[in-house]
Parts: sequence; structure tokens; C-alpha cells
Amino acid sequence: MTRWAMVADLRRCVGCQTCTASCMQKNATPPGVQWRRVLDLETGEYPDVKRVFMPVGCMHCDDPPCMTVCPSTATRKRADGIVTVDPDLCIGCAYCAVACPYEARYKIDGIATKCTFCVERIDYGTANGLTPGIDPDATPACVNSCIAGALHFGDADDPESNISRLLAENQHFRLHEELGTGPGFYYLWDKAP
Amino acid sequence: MRTNPPFAALTTPLSGGRQQRHWDARAALNFMLGGAGSGLIVFAAIGELDAPWAVALALMLIAGGLGAVWLEIGRKLRALHVLFNPFTSWMTREAFVAVLLFPLGLGSIFVPQALPAAAVAALAFLYCQARILRAAKGIPAWRAPEVVPLVVATGLAEGAGLALFFSQETLLIVLLCLAVLLRAFAWVRYRAAVTVSNLLPALYGTLPIVVIALASFYAREAAMLAGIAAVASGWWLKFSLVTRVAPAQGFTLPRVPVRGAR
Repeated sequence: MTRWAMVADLRRCVGCQTCTASCMQKNATPPGVQWRRVLDLETGEYPDVKRVFMPVGCMHCDDPPCMTVCPSTATRKRADGIVTVDPDLCIGCAYCAVACPYEARYKIDGIATKCTFCVERIDYGTANGLTPGIDPDATPACVNSCIAGALHFGDADDPESNISRLLAENQHFRLHEELGTGPGFYYLWDKAP
Repeated sequence: MRTNPPFAALTTPLSGGRQQRHWDARAALNFMLGGAGSGLIVFAAIGELDAPWAVALALMLIAGGLGAVWLEIGRKLRALHVLFNPFTSWMTREAFVAVLLFPLGLGSIFVPQALPAAAVAALAFLYCQARILRAAKGIPAWRAPEVVPLVVATGLAEGAGLALFFSQETLLIVLLCLAVLLRAFAWVRYRAAVTVSNLLPALYGTLPIVVIALASFYAREAAMLAGIAAVASGWWLKFSLVTRVAPAQGFTLPRVPVRGAR
């Protein structure tokens, strides 16, 4: 099986928000809608403080709470792990928005929208013999645009894939794992011990 | 043969969008009016109220709540799509129960023997409303399991309060006292689960109602005052729960990235 997932190396992210801009450009989202955001966080106590930049967005969860609550079946999960929203079914009740622990949903024209992992690029790539995460034409726009090489995309179920190697070589975490959502977005924070 | 890569997924211009982190008063009205209406049907059945207007008022309240939430959705003409996911969505289940509740309720106005069946449907409606909040994992104040008995107990207390407008029988007064005590117990459990335990709000919302209700044994009209207090406090609680205490989960950083020299 294939399980598309994203990896963000927090040691590399410089908070330039090029990923945000490229996502907005590629998906033609209106102002104020950022399917890929970069949080600017400050940790520690003065004088031992650190600034951390954390890219966030739809985590394409294994067990997406947005899909469970959706009354119209507009939100679905594909076999490859990508969570999609059918704009022709969505009624814009925003139940998915309040169910998502990652604040990934935006309403545009009365319906719910979110990061798609640039699913049409992935489908295009797999249909044309390209490797998502390696070939730019088959890779999400945010990953292609990352100037620091902090964002990576690939098949988490393939032990030879680029992101499987990164996950094996580094310590990582996922956000709000205690909720049991199984996010498909990993954060690297240190080398493996 | 390779086709051109899809660089732009959307070709139509879009109007402004926004991030929605919580529901507003329109959704809260569904929980306030729907809870009170379904509670009223339950107590109309228990109290054997000989008042078709009680059920009619209850159905109007529930319809008002559903109408309010219809005003909240982004694509109003697609409202029937709400029925598409009975397998996992409590919002769909609430809609299906409402479809069952209205004919049963209307039928009970003309055939009183149908009232117990309508009461069962009303209880199911109330339970669905509670589970709607429970299923929203993004909001810590809603996803606590204790929110389910709180919302159900609050709806029952409101229904008992409204029932006193149609009859001030001793049974209904006692049931109101029991319902507000049940609500207080559910509140204390909920409060302890989501934040720190605090008995005072439960006392403020319960003791005056019980005292007024007991006073109604000397002056029956006081029962309606107790009913008003039960409805008002319940509505305020649910309005606050849906709109004001509903911040999203937010983000945490479990590990700080290790950069540079160790």
C-alpha cells in the first residue's frame, strides 16, 4: 500500500513562508486562506529562549475526525491516505472545522476547503511514472518551493522512500497524537540516538 | 503519453475565505431550542399533559432550532445533504431522528397514545445533540465524555420547566427539582473533567430554582417562575458552551529542535 505523508524538519525551517505563498499561488486561494501556514513559536524563558518555526496544515490523518463528523460525506479519505473534500457535496456546516484539532479548515464560497497535498499533481505523477516527493511535477507545491529543504513528501509505507529514510535517521513527533487521529505529517527535531 | 502537469487546480476566481474555529449563536440556538423542545415532549408524556399545545410548542421550538442552524450553513440549498452520513455523523443522525420526531409529535396531538413514542424520539434527538458536541475533537470543552450527560440533563431540566406552564401538578414540580439536581450533578462532573472542580455555579443555577419550586406548594404560580429560571439558566449554559467556551485545541511543541552544537 501507499501512504502519502509529509515531513517537516524543524531544524531547517527558517519561517520564510515561501511554502505558504506557493500554496496560495498554486491553489488560487483568496487572501486570508492559508492551507499551509508557518507558526512562529517562542519557547523557553528569558534569556534561554528559542524561536521555532512550525509548518502546519491538514495532517491527512489515518482516522480523520473531520471525515467522521461530516454529515454530507463530502470529506473522504483515499486509499493512499489523502483526505479530500468534495465541493459539490459540502453544505458548509463547519462541523469539520470544529472537529479538526489542527485548525486546517477554511471556508471559501460557503464550503469547507483545506490542503489537498496537491492531489492532482500526485495523481498526475503516478499516472506518468513519476515519483511524488522526488519529481517536482508530482510533488506538492509547498515542498517544491521550500528554500531550506525543510519540507519533504513521500510514501511512508515504502521503507526505501525518501521520507522513510528521514524518519529512520531522525527523532520525530506528530501533533496531538494523544487524540488518536494518526496524523500523516511528521516533525523532525533531532538526529536518531 | 505525458499530459501537462496540473499547475493550477482551480480555474474559477474565488471570493474571500475565512478560517472558522467555532460555531456562533445560530448553532447554539439549535442546542437551546432543540433541547428545550425535546425535553418538553418527554415531560408532556411523563406528566400525561392533556395539552396538545405543549407538544405543538415543543415541535415549534425544535423546528426553530433546526431553522437557526440552517441559517448557519454555507450552502443552504444543499441542506438535504445532511442526511448522507448516518454511519458515523451524529449530525446526520440528529436529522434522521428529527424526521421521525415531527410526524410522531404531530400525530400525538391528535392521537395521545402516540405521545410515548414521540417522547422516545425526543430523547434520541437530545442524545444526538449531545453526541454532536462530543464528536468534535478539535474543541477540548466539547470532546469530554461528560458533555453528553450535561447536555441531556440540561435539555430535560428545560423541558420540565416549560411543562410547568401547562400544568402545575405536584408530580411535575418534583420532576423539575430532580431534573435541575441532575443537571447540577452533570455540571459538577463536567466541570471537574475539563477544568478545576467548582461547585458554586451549580449551586447558583440550582438552589434558587429548587427553592422557588418548593414555594410553589404554597403558591402554584411560583412553579412557572421556577420553570422560567430552569429554562433561562439552561439556555445560558448551552449558549456559553457552544459559543464562548469553544476555543480550538491550539498547537503545542512537544520537542524543541536541536540545532547547531550540542
